[in-house]
Amino acid sequence: MAIPDRHGRFGLYGGRYVPETLMPALLELEEVYQRTRRDRKFQTEFKHYLKEYVGRPTPLYLAQRLTKRLGGAKIYLKREDLCHTGAHKINNAIGQALLAKRMKKPRLIAETGAGQHGVATATVAAMFGLECEIYMGTEDMQRQALNVFRMRLLGSKVTGVDAGSRTLKDAISEAMRDWTTNVRTTHYVLGSVLGAHPYPMMIRDFQSVIGREARKQILTAEGRLPDCLIACVGGGSNAMGLFHAFVPDKRVKMLGVEAGGLGVESGKHAARFAGGRPGVLQGTMTYLLQDENGQVNLTHSVSAGLDYAAVGPEHSYLRESNRAEYTSVTDDEALAAFDLLAREEGIMPALESAHAIAEVVKRAPKMKKNQILVVNLSGRGDKDVQQVARIKGVTL
Amino acid sequence: MNRLDHTFGRLQAQGEKALITYIMAGDPSLQDTEQLVLELERAGADVIELGVPFSDPIADGPVIQQAAERGLQSGTSLCKILDSVRRLRATTQIPIVLMAYYNNIHAFGETAFCGKAVEAGVDGLIVPDMPPDEAGPLRGPADAAGLHLIFLLAPTSTSSRRAYVAKESGGFVYYVSLTGITGAKLNDMAGVRENVAKIKKHTKTPVAVGFGVATPEDAASVAQVADGVIVGSAIVRRVGEHGQDGRLVQEVGTFVRSLKGAMQPT
Repeated sequence: MAIPDRHGRFGLYGGRYVPETLMPALLELEEVYQRTRRDRKFQTEFKHYLKEYVGRPTPLYLAQRLTKRLGGAKIYLKREDLCHTGAHKINNAIGQALLAKRMKKPRLIAETGAGQHGVATATVAAMFGLECEIYMGTEDMQRQALNVFRMRLLGSKVTGVDAGSRTLKDAISEAMRDWTTNVRTTHYVLGSVLGAHPYPMMIRDFQSVIGREARKQILTAEGRLPDCLIACVGGGSNAMGLFHAFVPDKRVKMLGVEAGGLGVESGKHAARFAGGRPGVLQGTMTYLLQDENGQVNLTHSVSAGLDYAAVGPEHSYLRESNRAEYTSVTDDEALAAFDLLAREEGIMPALESAHAIAEVVKRAPKMKKNQILVVNLSGRGDKDVQQVARIKGVTL
Repeated sequence: MNRLDHTFGRLQAQGEKALITYIMAGDPSLQDTEQLVLELERAGADVIELGVPFSDPIADGPVIQQAAERGLQSGTSLCKILDSVRRLRATTQIPIVLMAYYNNIHAFGETAFCGKAVEAGVDGLIVPDMPPDEAGPLRGPADAAGLHLIFLLAPTSTSSRRAYVAKESGGFVYYVSLTGITGAKLNDMAGVRENVAKIKKHTKTPVAVGFGVATPEDAASVAQVADGVIVGSAIVRRVGEHGQDGRLVQEVGTFVRSLKGAMQPT
């Protein structure tokens, strides 16, 4: 059976829970996408931009000092932080911008949490000459002031969203309202494997280049597949991107790391699998942090990109079918991992990716020296330097 | 007989159009909501639509978003709203429709909700983020309980969706007058007229038009082309302005009388 099925279902999860105004646009998008994914000209064009503009393939780097320090499994970093604009987000942004051009939609909109997806969308909008507006919670605008300025430098309009928790979830709602209003001229470049069908499938496909490269690279380097994959999961696009090519390789364990915030027991976190249950938010049925009446809970994470109440529906499916496992690490653990990777390897990870590194710190020592861990270093930490300084009490 | 069918049947026989008024349940309190429902009926409303406050209302503009926040602040839940409807049924038989986002219904449980809603006196349900394509889990329990599922059509809907949605919708078909969210400005009456006529080719179910109907003049023009006129944000804005000043019921009543007056056949 194809996953998702033709209704956009990953088992019980996924679907299309949107206002009727958007249904025709989603049906059109699905049709255009199904046609273009098989279209050689589209694939050639997509690959061209990934190679010449993004700088793919990204390296699979053996982190020797970190491996030695942790004293267990061999640790390989998939260096998505080396992509143009500093994170994996641009893979998807290019794919969707090419689709928007095919649908003759001259305007792009996007939501952003940490700002990486907003920067990626603003970047491709500039490159393709499209109009662009980015929605961002005002709380996130404060945490990620540098990225706000970058988007404006790239010629995009950045609109603050002052509703709810003023973070990613509220930015998505506002982008959906814009899309509902301007659907005839606008393509909504959703940034993660979230939302209504076909977004979770399409974004997974655009990101799956990460896992295809990593699979080939590890076979070249080690002559065998890794024992375990680790990636952080907000919506979950970098994790789906890494996991997808390995799903049939049943012996490769897959581990997603959610934001544990101040600790799951504190209630201030974004660990959907630890604290949530299935529900519908922003177009899709998936694990969701909610109260007993179905109101969506406020979330907390030091990392804006993981600070979201729902998770991509395919992750709910991978977990329910026992193909992937999910865990969480706290803000403090992620910050310690940020420092560790900077000092051991000279690489500052994004605070999102630092969650994956924090899980490596826990896992690697328990594994044998001949075992292999591949971790997705989904973004670079430059955008977080100011926030890390603030947390450390350092005035710049 | 479902009160919605009864009311639309009576109005059609009289050559009148239905005035459907929306307020957010629990804004500013459920006690106020109950008072407002009775006043809306006295002022000429034919159908009451009660919004169920949700934390993330993607189909709503700022006026209804803020009303939902006020509703949540007053501690409103689906359970308590059903209690209010039950109390109201001691004094009024006006059709009552709930407008709820799907997650609130899902958290309550689809089957339990349909049974308890009808038992309390609810006649129909609108779920703005659930097109009929996803309504499977509600269809059986709603039909069994006698609860109408009311679906929406939009200016962007294609002819095949018009046929599908019109067929699935019970009580009335909700035509969204504009490509946008609640509370936006109505600006294309010719388009509304044309699309309502297209929908009516597929169904005998009444067609009501909402989103952007803000003034007596808007109500009068929509009444020319549709079976029902839905007014939400314009009423909710007045609730927001007068929620705390003791003139709430009077202000809302005066406004709704002006809408109803404008809709009378000449």
